[in-house]
Amino acid sequence: MITLLKNGKLYDPAHNKNGVVEDIYIHQGRIVPKPLDNAKISQTYDLSGKVVMAGAIDMHSHIGGGKVNIARMMLPEYQQKQMQEIKNLSEPEAHICTPYCSHHATPTATDTGFRYIEMGYTAAFEPAISPINARQAHLEMGDTPMIDKGGYAMLGNDDYFLRMLTAKKDQKAINDYVAWILHATQTIGIKVVNPGGISAFKFNQRRLNLDENHQHYQVSPREVLQSLSRAVHELGIAKPLHVHCNNLGAAGNFETTLNTMTASNGLPMHLTHIQFHSYGTEGDKKFSSAAAQIAEAINKNKNITADVGQILFNQTVTASGDSMMQHLNAKHANPKKSVIMDIECDAGCGVLPFKYRDQNYVNALQWAIGLEIFLSVEDPWRIFLTTDHPNGAPFTSYPHLIRLLMDKSFRNEAFAKLNLDAQSMSNLTSLDREYSLYDIAIMTRAGASKLIGMNDRGHLGVGANADITVYTDQENREAMFAKPDYVFKNGELVVKDGAVVKVVWGATHTAKPAFDIGVEKELKEYFDRYQTIGLDNFKISDAEIFDDGRGSVVVNKN
Amino acid sequence: MKNNLNPTLPASITCPACGMLCDDLVLTSTTPLSIQNACAKSITFFEQSFHSNSSNTAPSVSGKTTDLETAVKAAAAILAQSKAPLIAGLGTEVQGMRSIMRLAAASNAMLDHMHSESSVRNTLTMQNGGWLTTTLSEVKNRADLILAIGTDIGTSHPRFFEKLVWDSASLFNKPSPEVVYLGVSADKAKSATSPEGKLASAVGDDPAQIPEIVNALNALLINKKINAETVGGVAVATLQALVEKLKAAKYAVIVWSASSFKFSHAELTIQSIVQLVNQLNETTRAAGLPLNSGDGDSSVNNTSTWLSGYPTRNRFVNGKPEYDNYHFSTQKQLQNSDALLWVSTFNPTSAPQTALPTIVIGRPDIKLDRTPDVFIPVGIPGVDHAGSMFRMDSSITLPLKKLRNNELPNLSEVINRIEAELA
Repeated sequence: MITLLKNGKLYDPAHNKNGVVEDIYIHQGRIVPKPLDNAKISQTYDLSGKVVMAGAIDMHSHIGGGKVNIARMMLPEYQQKQMQEIKNLSEPEAHICTPYCSHHATPTATDTGFRYIEMGYTAAFEPAISPINARQAHLEMGDTPMIDKGGYAMLGNDDYFLRMLTAKKDQKAINDYVAWILHATQTIGIKVVNPGGISAFKFNQRRLNLDENHQHYQVSPREVLQSLSRAVHELGIAKPLHVHCNNLGAAGNFETTLNTMTASNGLPMHLTHIQFHSYGTEGDKKFSSAAAQIAEAINKNKNITADVGQILFNQTVTASGDSMMQHLNAKHANPKKSVIMDIECDAGCGVLPFKYRDQNYVNALQWAIGLEIFLSVEDPWRIFLTTDHPNGAPFTSYPHLIRLLMDKSFRNEAFAKLNLDAQSMSNLTSLDREYSLYDIAIMTRAGASKLIGMNDRGHLGVGANADITVYTDQENREAMFAKPDYVFKNGELVVKDGAVVKVVWGATHTAKPAFDIGVEKELKEYFDRYQTIGLDNFKISDAEIFDDGRGSVVVNKN
Repeated sequence: MKNNLNPTLPASITCPACGMLCDDLVLTSTTPLSIQNACAKSITFFEQSFHSNSSNTAPSVSGKTTDLETAVKAAAAILAQSKAPLIAGLGTEVQGMRSIMRLAAASNAMLDHMHSESSVRNTLTMQNGGWLTTTLSEVKNRADLILAIGTDIGTSHPRFFEKLVWDSASLFNKPSPEVVYLGVSADKAKSATSPEGKLASAVGDDPAQIPEIVNALNALLINKKINAETVGGVAVATLQALVEKLKAAKYAVIVWSASSFKFSHAELTIQSIVQLVNQLNETTRAAGLPLNSGDGDSSVNNTSTWLSGYPTRNRFVNGKPEYDNYHFSTQKQLQNSDALLWVSTFNPTSAPQTALPTIVIGRPDIKLDRTPDVFIPVGIPGVDHAGSMFRMDSSITLPLKKLRNNELPNLSEVINRIEAELA
């Protein structure tokens, strides 16, 4: 059975195709070369004039695990309220509702899959899986239909690692432990959140700067970053260390962020939701944009990649592993409630609802800072489109964000409605850049798959997995990206005119670098002595993810 | 019942008898039962599972023994006729709950767990202002003071002290924590007696006085003066001393059990406990630890939340989830509903008294106070089949293991077959 997608305009940056009109052939879920003339084409889609891209990949979105579920449980009123409001939504936000539709910042697992695929996204990655909570994250992602998924395991606040650093264990021992964690938690990358800080909070330290020592372990965040970025690099996994810097959300934190860029000594490192880490202290309100300095540093340091974590105005909820900073920020929660947890000498979490308002000086400037970064970082291969779902805004607002990037007059109209003091502190209107379709395809497809290390995703070349999205080229980019004409998952038509026509289940992407299994000897003793579960139960087997045949594990190699 | 022990018996097994989910039990023999690292609750659970003399291993319809297919069809017929069935009990783990959620969506059912009268008090508190909590390994390695309010902990969670308090192995060189009971009756206050014979200190012994005492602790913590000699039967000086202890602790853990609070509006007292924890964290570290009630309550609420957006008590109307943790209680809905599906797979807990058409799915030895319209015996999770279960602190999910082979279907299989009949 061969499917032919005929005459589409291809935006495929992995192959330098910028609007080239070409045919695509699909066979057994993959893109194949043009078959012989006598081969039977069983189905043809005429895509004349349509925009064709690979399925989009969200490289940072909180879609599963403890934090998100706490947010859901804590905020039943969101879901109830949104149920009422959905009737008033206008195009292009409106979409065809499924029976499970929720339309709010913490959709159910089922809704998460549906909302992503309806926008042409075919994969999303949970960036903050605490290893001890990984089973829950996989259970939730296992109940997320339509898309591929995967996650990054959080290290750098776990007692076992910090203890190794204090003991000055050699890099090989660290590498083995990091590799073991990737295997045990079925993840594809390593993340560090507020390096050392989450642990320090448990010892009653309230802030931790990059070169300040954790009072118990006597190691600094910089040492954590050095060790983990080197481990990730030496293990040869594609995804660079995913870093949520110290001092999240604090005025003046841009200096920490600039210094953090040097912490990996030139090795690849990804700074996540960098908007939340780009704040200066200028002006009457002692809160200003440092987007220019941050963007300049990214442009200069070619080993650094970043995603933005754009905020958009509305009610949302922030869910972070950063219990230290979330505890500090709990006073800004709206409505006023927060869940903070210390977790198993391994991690932490902080969940608090937040309402971003365009007439609030700080919120308005946060909005501008995110866009300033997008427009000032020159290389679209090194900057990624995220809202840090749900922390800056729900992922369902991506089409709106894409329009802000692609349409200068739309952006400037929105800017003109902001808090006036914030307007006077931003140079956004002087930035004339408009993202092209090709740029968008880099950020959301080719760049993301390259960053994470999925060789057969994010492009339209022969051999690629046939995850393909087809749009009608519209001047209103929000309308265009909100509702693709067709989405193919593994070569099957699953979305037509923005609505799901077939329910499918995606794979779980992992990386499993080789390591010395001897690492388990000490780990087993550690678990038996200090932890409250056994080592064997910490590890997640492939069979758990297969889940009676619905799920599958993809091991990505580089 | 046949006890064909699984020939590839796992080295260690996970015990679902309480929320601690100890996974270091080693089953060496079933007759007589021999388990290493067992506690009173786990022995009862496994004894009952392996040795109950139940004749209920076959399904029945109106009390007459029948085959599974007939029973599944009869159950589906009841649900098909019902406008809004009540699915209650919900004594199950994650996999069972996943199936039940699909059935509930397909049948416009309402969902309530048998222990939600207690767990709703915690959920209400969390939804009102949030909380700051901790997990078992943090308690073991970090706690230097444990304040247990209204619960001796040991009765409901028997190995708490052995594993988390008296075990001298801890990561940060801390002393064995002091244990203080607040509002725990004297006869129960022995749970926390250490192996060396050290008794827990007790502040008050009348559970009914807990609300007043916790409020007084909050007042004293923010330096308010109390113009009384005693509060809730306890000298203010004693309460002041407790406050000083809490403030001096590096990591105080305040434990409560919503099910042990027998006074009305217990959620307000839980809020007050949370406030105490929050205030302590202004200067030092402290955390709360709510004990769960069991029968898979954490698993059911977590699974329900990621699949519907809501914990129990919730329902589906035309496939859309709705939530009301007051009106959707089993007691209220037995009056409004037109059919009951009762599920209890961990314990042989009987369905509530009702004249509604009733389907019971549970352990073979489940108590049947009244002959249900349909009864389907199923395997016990963690004994007859594998599963996934949330620990009391919700951060940890552990695999349950299959310990023996028998012909009983598991809950998911039965629920999926009923759902297929409805389609």
